[in-house]
Amino acid sequence: MIPMYDLSLHILDIVENSIRAGARNVWIDIMQNTKKKRLDIIIKDDGKGMDDKEIRSASDPFFTTKKGKKVGLGISLFAQAAHATDGEIIIKSQKGKGTEVRASFNLYHPDMKPLGDMDETVRVLRATHRDVTFRYIKHDKYMP
Amino acid sequence: MKLKPSDLDKIAQKMRSVTNLRKGTSRIKITVHMGTCGIASGARDILSAFLSCVEEEGVSDVLITTSGCAGLCSREPMATVEARDKPPVKYVDLTKEKVKRIFKDYVMGGKIVEEYALAIGSERVL
Repeated sequence: MIPMYDLSLHILDIVENSIRAGARNVWIDIMQNTKKKRLDIIIKDDGKGMDDKEIRSASDPFFTTKKGKKVGLGISLFAQAAHATDGEIIIKSQKGKGTEVRASFNLYHPDMKPLGDMDETVRVLRATHRDVTFRYIKHDKYMP
Repeated sequence: MKLKPSDLDKIAQKMRSVTNLRKGTSRIKITVHMGTCGIASGARDILSAFLSCVEEEGVSDVLITTSGCAGLCSREPMATVEARDKPPVKYVDLTKEKVKRIFKDYVMGGKIVEEYALAIGSERVL
């Protein structure tokens, strides 16, 4: 099996979660700041959201809300990719309102994965989920 | 050029496939399994291969969508092809070449590519 070799595949995976949570809008923001050596990825949706217990368990690879399944690796692997660069992952969510996943990476860490083909990720998302609106912006040298 | 009754049939057929999509009733639905396992084994490339097949053939009555993990992570990338009034066919261990063949033979030609299929319907295992 090929591992998740770039971040655009992680993003695709997280956005698939948003769609399964019934999101109608998904915002993907990538902020790269070469001066601060930092890359932030923010994925926001207006899906069904999570309660506090679910937020706490989201990064646990043995937690899933799906019936008949024992593992849930999407967020765990994304978090692992961030932690490998001494980065972090923050999940904010409100039941019924939506979820925001924010991951930050150290841009020049040796274990930093390449961003990969984001255009392809957005293209396949738009082609297969025509009822969902995807907004994708990549900001360079921008810091919130 | 004078229109013959058979030409009218052809036009009707062509328009039917176009309106089918508009109404959301497509002739064939292709579901690419895009769980974490699927994506990690290359489901995005499989999905874009299906999309380019649709573009190349110019068909409008093929719906491509995604689903989550189907519980057979070791056989990913997987796709389920459902033609109307026919049992769904699950294809496993897909590659771009296999996708082209499936699209040509099954989606366009109506002939199930049995050697790539895991199962046809829910019961019968090949």
